[in-house]
Amino acid sequence: MTTHAPQATQSVTLPASLDEAVAALGAMPAAVPVAGGTDLMSAVNKGLLRPSGLVGLGRISELRGWHYQDGHALLGAGLTHARMGRPDFAALIPALAASARAAGPPQIRNAGTLGGNIATAAPTGDALPVLAALEAELVVAGPGGARREIPVSHLLAGRAMLEPAELIGFVRVPLLHAPQVFLKATGRTGPGRATASVAIVLDPARRGVRCAVGAIAPMPLRPLEAERWIASLIDWDGERGLAPDALTAFGEYVAAACIPDQEPPADGGEAPPLPPAVLHLRRTVAALARRALGRALS
Amino acid sequence: MSNDAATAANATSTRITTPVTEGPDTEPPALGLGVSLPPADVRAKTEGTFPYAADLWAEGLLWAAVLRSPHPHARILSIDTSAAAEMAGVRAVITHEDIPGEGAYGRRVVDRPVFASDLVRHHGEPIAAVAADHPDTARLAAAAIAVEYEVLEPVTDPEKAFAAEPLHPDGNLIRHIPLRYGDPDATGEVVVEGLYRIGRQDPAPIGAEAGLAVPRPDGGVEIYTASTDPHTDRDLAAACFGLEPERVKVVVTGVPGATGDREDPGFQLPLGLLALRTGCPVKLTATREESFLGHSHRHPTLLRYRHHADADGRLVKVEAQILLDAGAYADSSSESLAAAVAFACGPYVVPHAFIEGWAVRTNNPPSGHVRGEGAMQVCAAYEGQMDKLAAKLGIDPAELRLRNALSTGDILPTGQTVTCPAPVSELLTSVRDFPLPALPKDAPEDDWLLPGGPEGAGEPGAVRRGVGYALGMVHMLGAEGADEVSTATVRVHDGIATVICAAVETGQGFSTLARQVVQETLGIEEVHVASVDTDQPPAGPATHGRHTWVSAGAVERAARMVRTQLLQPLAHKFGMSTELLQIADGKITSYDGVLSTTVTEAMDGKELWATAQCRPHPTEPLDESGQGDAFVGLAFCAIRAVVDVDIELGSVRVVEMAIAQDVGRVLNPSQLATRIEAGVTQGIGAALTENLRSARGLIRHPDLTGYALPTALDAPEIRIVKLIEERDVVAPFGAKPASAVPVVTSPAAVAAAVRAATGRPINRLPIRPQAAVASPNS
Repeated sequence: MTTHAPQATQSVTLPASLDEAVAALGAMPAAVPVAGGTDLMSAVNKGLLRPSGLVGLGRISELRGWHYQDGHALLGAGLTHARMGRPDFAALIPALAASARAAGPPQIRNAGTLGGNIATAAPTGDALPVLAALEAELVVAGPGGARREIPVSHLLAGRAMLEPAELIGFVRVPLLHAPQVFLKATGRTGPGRATASVAIVLDPARRGVRCAVGAIAPMPLRPLEAERWIASLIDWDGERGLAPDALTAFGEYVAAACIPDQEPPADGGEAPPLPPAVLHLRRTVAALARRALGRALS
Repeated sequence: MSNDAATAANATSTRITTPVTEGPDTEPPALGLGVSLPPADVRAKTEGTFPYAADLWAEGLLWAAVLRSPHPHARILSIDTSAAAEMAGVRAVITHEDIPGEGAYGRRVVDRPVFASDLVRHHGEPIAAVAADHPDTARLAAAAIAVEYEVLEPVTDPEKAFAAEPLHPDGNLIRHIPLRYGDPDATGEVVVEGLYRIGRQDPAPIGAEAGLAVPRPDGGVEIYTASTDPHTDRDLAAACFGLEPERVKVVVTGVPGATGDREDPGFQLPLGLLALRTGCPVKLTATREESFLGHSHRHPTLLRYRHHADADGRLVKVEAQILLDAGAYADSSSESLAAAVAFACGPYVVPHAFIEGWAVRTNNPPSGHVRGEGAMQVCAAYEGQMDKLAAKLGIDPAELRLRNALSTGDILPTGQTVTCPAPVSELLTSVRDFPLPALPKDAPEDDWLLPGGPEGAGEPGAVRRGVGYALGMVHMLGAEGADEVSTATVRVHDGIATVICAAVETGQGFSTLARQVVQETLGIEEVHVASVDTDQPPAGPATHGRHTWVSAGAVERAARMVRTQLLQPLAHKFGMSTELLQIADGKITSYDGVLSTTVTEAMDGKELWATAQCRPHPTEPLDESGQGDAFVGLAFCAIRAVVDVDIELGSVRVVEMAIAQDVGRVLNPSQLATRIEAGVTQGIGAALTENLRSARGLIRHPDLTGYALPTALDAPEIRIVKLIEERDVVAPFGAKPASAVPVVTSPAAVAAAVRAATGRPINRLPIRPQAAVASPNS
């Protein structure tokens, strides 16, 4: 939309480092940080948000790459989906790369960032179930060069919040050197929001399977019992394969854990059946979990 | 483009298959009809310099915002605009009390208030409007208008509208057509029944509504907007403003997509009122949400069918009940219902038909004209019935359709004899005999595009392929006695021709066609098409292919009159009739090539003008039993859909759509191909994803994330297998408009293919994933 009318003057800061950005936010508490802008600018265009100042994070080169630390990768919050989708990144963290490739049309993937996906915390954010399954930690930058770490699941669940003038700097992700799968069901063949998504991460060192289900709840869900049960069936030192029946049972276990049956009424009797659309969602989650684990173990 | 270049282009473009056969030795004609002339504005549109209404600007303009009802059904107890009017920067706030003229409008039936005064009948109905010096101020001021509502229970189930309290002084029943044809007691040996539901498709134009109203010194107003029916809009604006029509001018800007009526008068009337009130230019650009709330949608439809057939599969009787949800206002519901009832049996021979159709008023979002109206909903239902019948009789679905196919000379259930070409059998055999697309089993697995997309969850083992057929028909031009006249002027001066015609170029290609018609008739290469405003004579709405038919016909007549004016003196001089002279390459030559002169010489500096009208033969309304010659012409197509369905997730990918269409005559091959591809793609949207959902009358996701249009990945290979060029003698050039019938037919074809892949009934559009889930053993 072209609007030729005079715009209210906006202060825009373009810091070159993470600490400068934190300082800029501290100096102007009403300013909003912006990276890819794929969510922020659509809110501005809808008239829902009129930030009086912007702190642009696009020039902070330290946030646009990653480095390694104690068997972990520290991913810069400014990594775009397009960058994460490339083969070199996919060799490190395959499920995050797969979720980045599925995260919308090329225009969105070129601009949208990992940190933005976390900050927006939309239920359909494609990176979120992968980060939950990886048990990723956020490295949050605060005033005066302060750094603190919070698990990404705590932020998404509201157990931890970003303080004023804090920014997500990095995401610490373990390098597991094992198969990972992200699968997403959408309403069309072209790019679309997930109706359900599943991330499966194998952790052979700890003999664990970690699974997270996205898009069906406000935050990714972890079916912990199903994870433990299926991990106990896997022959970690051998072929790691599972019989189709076990994969199917895992899918149904995950789906039932994430989309439970309705409670029976207090005065006894049968629990009311789930509505057809919810039943279909449960079937979808079961199929995604089964397929994802099957692919991870194949 | 040379033939070599054309071949190279065809080899690289795998998506478009045009069956246009150009022999290697015959040079295609450079001018006129039958040539793929590109649109004149193609470069500007590609480069983004083409101006749309949202790009317009006037010195000192104000911005408008419209306050819309958050409730689908409510009584307005009071409206307090004082807080809004006092805001800094606000120049005017208007409500129903500030309308100098008619408070109600309607393009077809005047039943709709400009601003709701006492009763709100749908979510998003306009209540007030604001003009301010900044768009944000205008929106804030609109939000500051305090409206006190008494919320009423909305009527959202069209089946309950019959018994509900009247929602409108005109009553809840907008139209009832009880079509009776043949013997009610006839029965067949085999009977199949079905209940079908069609969702609410939105025209979802890529450019949302926008407009600029500029007051004139004489007290009139000019409205710049992408109207597709400028004269009707001018008349209803003049009535609303209390002005003579001559003092209101609608100037048509570039149209950013129109498959239904543009623009929403709910914007244009407040714009004009605000411009008149403030004396300043006023502009408005709608947000996507306002666009979804404001304009009309395709009628959601409920259909109940019973087909009787004999043991060989020949149809004996069709009984149907068709219920159209018109939403709060009548709009085009009467025409939509007529099409739905008349084409309820499809392009099949049916000796006995009993069809009851109703269009009823509800508190749902308003329905109106979207191309293929009425015909698309019934196509999905009667083709579902044909599939059911084929399954019950154990006959191949294509064969069953062939046994019943309509042809020229047959009689429709409305009693109208089909006099135009109706090559239905040939269309169907063309798509049936076209080779099926290969299964991807020999390609590397990474290259498979499975349902769910390239990064989706599709798994080859769960994917089933299905093939389905559908036949569809539509009428062309307005029906039931509508006066489908158009007027055009052609001017020639200095070797350049100009066409002046108020037919709006909506993307249907009228302005390109007009240039081709003049090139063909006058042999002049450089032809310009003037922009449209209401100072020109009316050409009617850009619907039902009317501009391809009547407006292009009027252009041709005007061009012929200019030709006669040009050639008459020469003919006299040469002593032969004008028919024996030819114009080509700027030269006028006699039939034997002996006498010749240049066009410039013959023109002798003169300016030639001619104005002509084209009016097709009249039609008549359907009578009280649904009988009458209601349609000027009919168009048909056959589609074979091939789909892949992930039967665990219920996700569907359309692999290929093979289409054969009855086009009368190909006037511009590339333009025709794009119209067919666009129509098929719009139909795929209606089949799979496009449904503007409402809950208790409230539109739930008025945005393009919730309302999923097909993307390039959703659009399949569209194979135009055959274009049957049997000229329709009553149409100018013998050509049939081509945009609507693919929209009508492709949803039914996709449904048939999903039915074949899953064994599920598929009686609801768009197809929900849970309806396409099947057991792997079935």
